[in-house]
Amino acid sequence: MADTSQYAFVRHEMLPEQSPPASEQGIIKWLRENLFSSWFNSILTLVSIFFIYKIVSGAWPWVTNGIWSTSSLAECREVLDGATGACFSVLTERWNQLLFGFQYPNDAYWRPTLAFVLLAFAAAPVLFNKLPRKMLIFTGLYPFIAFWLIWGGTILTPVMVLVGLMVGFLAFQRLEQQSFAMGMLGGIVAAVVAIWLGGFVSSALPGFLAFEAVPSRDMGGFMLNLILGVVCVSLSLPIGILLALGRQSDMLIIKWICVMFIEFIRGVPLITLLFVANVVLAYFLPPGTNFDLILRVIIMITMFSSAYIAEVIRGGLAALPQGQYEAADSLGLDYAQSMRLIILPQALKISIPGIVNVAVGLFKDTTLVSVISMFDLVGMIRGPVLSSTEWNGVYWELWGFAVLLFFVVCYGISQYSQWLERQLQTDHR
Amino acid sequence: MSAQAQMKVSDQVAISIENMNKWYGTFHVLRDIDLTVYQGERIVIAGPSGSGKSTLIRCINALEEHQKGRIEVDGTVLSSDLKNIDKIRSEVGMVFQHFNLFPHLTILENLTLAPIWVRKTPKAEAEEVAMHYLEKVKIPEQADKYPGQLSGGQQQRVAIARSLCMKPRIMLFDEPTSALDPEMIKEVLDTMIELAEEGMTMLCVTHEMGFARQVANRVIFMDAGQIVEQNEPEEFFNNPKSDRTKLFLSQILGH
Repeated sequence: MADTSQYAFVRHEMLPEQSPPASEQGIIKWLRENLFSSWFNSILTLVSIFFIYKIVSGAWPWVTNGIWSTSSLAECREVLDGATGACFSVLTERWNQLLFGFQYPNDAYWRPTLAFVLLAFAAAPVLFNKLPRKMLIFTGLYPFIAFWLIWGGTILTPVMVLVGLMVGFLAFQRLEQQSFAMGMLGGIVAAVVAIWLGGFVSSALPGFLAFEAVPSRDMGGFMLNLILGVVCVSLSLPIGILLALGRQSDMLIIKWICVMFIEFIRGVPLITLLFVANVVLAYFLPPGTNFDLILRVIIMITMFSSAYIAEVIRGGLAALPQGQYEAADSLGLDYAQSMRLIILPQALKISIPGIVNVAVGLFKDTTLVSVISMFDLVGMIRGPVLSSTEWNGVYWELWGFAVLLFFVVCYGISQYSQWLERQLQTDHR
Repeated sequence: MSAQAQMKVSDQVAISIENMNKWYGTFHVLRDIDLTVYQGERIVIAGPSGSGKSTLIRCINALEEHQKGRIEVDGTVLSSDLKNIDKIRSEVGMVFQHFNLFPHLTILENLTLAPIWVRKTPKAEAEEVAMHYLEKVKIPEQADKYPGQLSGGQQQRVAIARSLCMKPRIMLFDEPTSALDPEMIKEVLDTMIELAEEGMTMLCVTHEMGFARQVANRVIFMDAGQIVEQNEPEEFFNNPKSDRTKLFLSQILGH
């Protein structure tokens, strides 16, 4: 200890901590800084409070007086007897129709419900990479399980496709050692042949572990939006990555195919593509072929969104410094390795906001199928529900419900993407 | 001729470049380059900016394509065959001016990535080797950090360690200290000196003439895409032959 007695003043104990003045802490400080920081802001605050009050006080009785248990709009009006109030009964009475469409067998509603519950487990390991990697096995099997649950029929159909894909993959692995193109070609041929052969097995035993089959035209409601949204997003991301890489390729033919595909698809409205899927394709297919409508729509929406995602990812690739490519090259990584380990992880991270933008847009665009007379949520509301005698005229409740469903899903996607961006934040800028 | 004989550290040729030419479009960047590098040689390449120094060493691991002439690295002729190129690249380490570490991977992952994927080394072994080299460049405690958390000098030492993890036979340095704060240059140069003392074949593009004097056994001076002069460092600095070299040296050593 140094001798401190020579100095005129030495403090021996710490002053107790004091709390800041009342006007500088807690709610008062927050109000002062955020709402009443100047006379102009104070006026704006008061005006805003007034408008919020008007809107909430107007809508509040509509919600709280809402009727949930009548069987038609007329009954709602009777019960309300002139008072303000919503007729939510349409939602309770048509709940299953809004979710599953009006043709899906009533006793099979549990099947798509289970499929979407399982979707959470299948998606989890993809979305959260801290989860055990073994869960990805279930993710890989999920499309086949979901197909069986939703479309029904014998379990042999998806199993045979799965077997066919495995055969194709094995063939690819065998032939890849000779050359990559050879492997791809051999793999695809083997898969097609195996699936074709498997088709005989599944059609010979149509009753083996079978659910009641539901044809695609009977799918509807929010279920249809979810099917299209999930399938198309998960297909268009890998296809978009390939297109983006193809567009950057040194191989001229691949590059030109990708450029032409992207530019053509981006230059065409989605709705025209859907009409093509619905009507025009039928002219090109041999008469009598039954090319599943949902499959056609999935192909069109996937093409559309993969072109957009390709451009978003190209932006991410272009944003990477050239040095990253050079460093990967100089270490002797080959093209596939440097893309997978170095370039894409960074480019995709940069592209997350753009990809999510496309995904959210795609999910909402699935409602466009209502114009080609498919009964998705919007199609159901516009068609069977609103045109029924009981519920003709219930607009706010139905559209509000549709808005709520879509908002919840899209906001969830957006929140997830922001969380993911924070997780991947490693550059510490 | 006797000078040439003294420069030889061994008889084994590491890199031989014969009559190499390169153009960017119609711009002739490298003209008739002839260069033989022997195993264990430390060569410093100097010259004004735009003289083609970086381009020359980037041709050696095929980051740049040459249009004419022949390059042979460690017995493999550089052609457009991708397998040959990848083989050469895994034998030749490169350190860049801007480090080019992978920002999405930790330091340890940066170091083990190429050994695991290119050399197929088991992960545990690759990590052991990586820690060995991190200790050698004196930053083993940073192994689990990300490149963005390190200083420039530390990043460059990590970059050197990353190259060394591939156990290269030749190291190329492309202005490794040019992007560093003055006080960090020394730590990187010390690492390079240590490496040179262990007998690594090195080609350095650098403006650090002190380093050249201390470490190099040959200094090459380039201007306008040609090798103008090459000599032992003592001779090169004290008794430059060409006027262009004299001018260059007077400018960079003048203050």
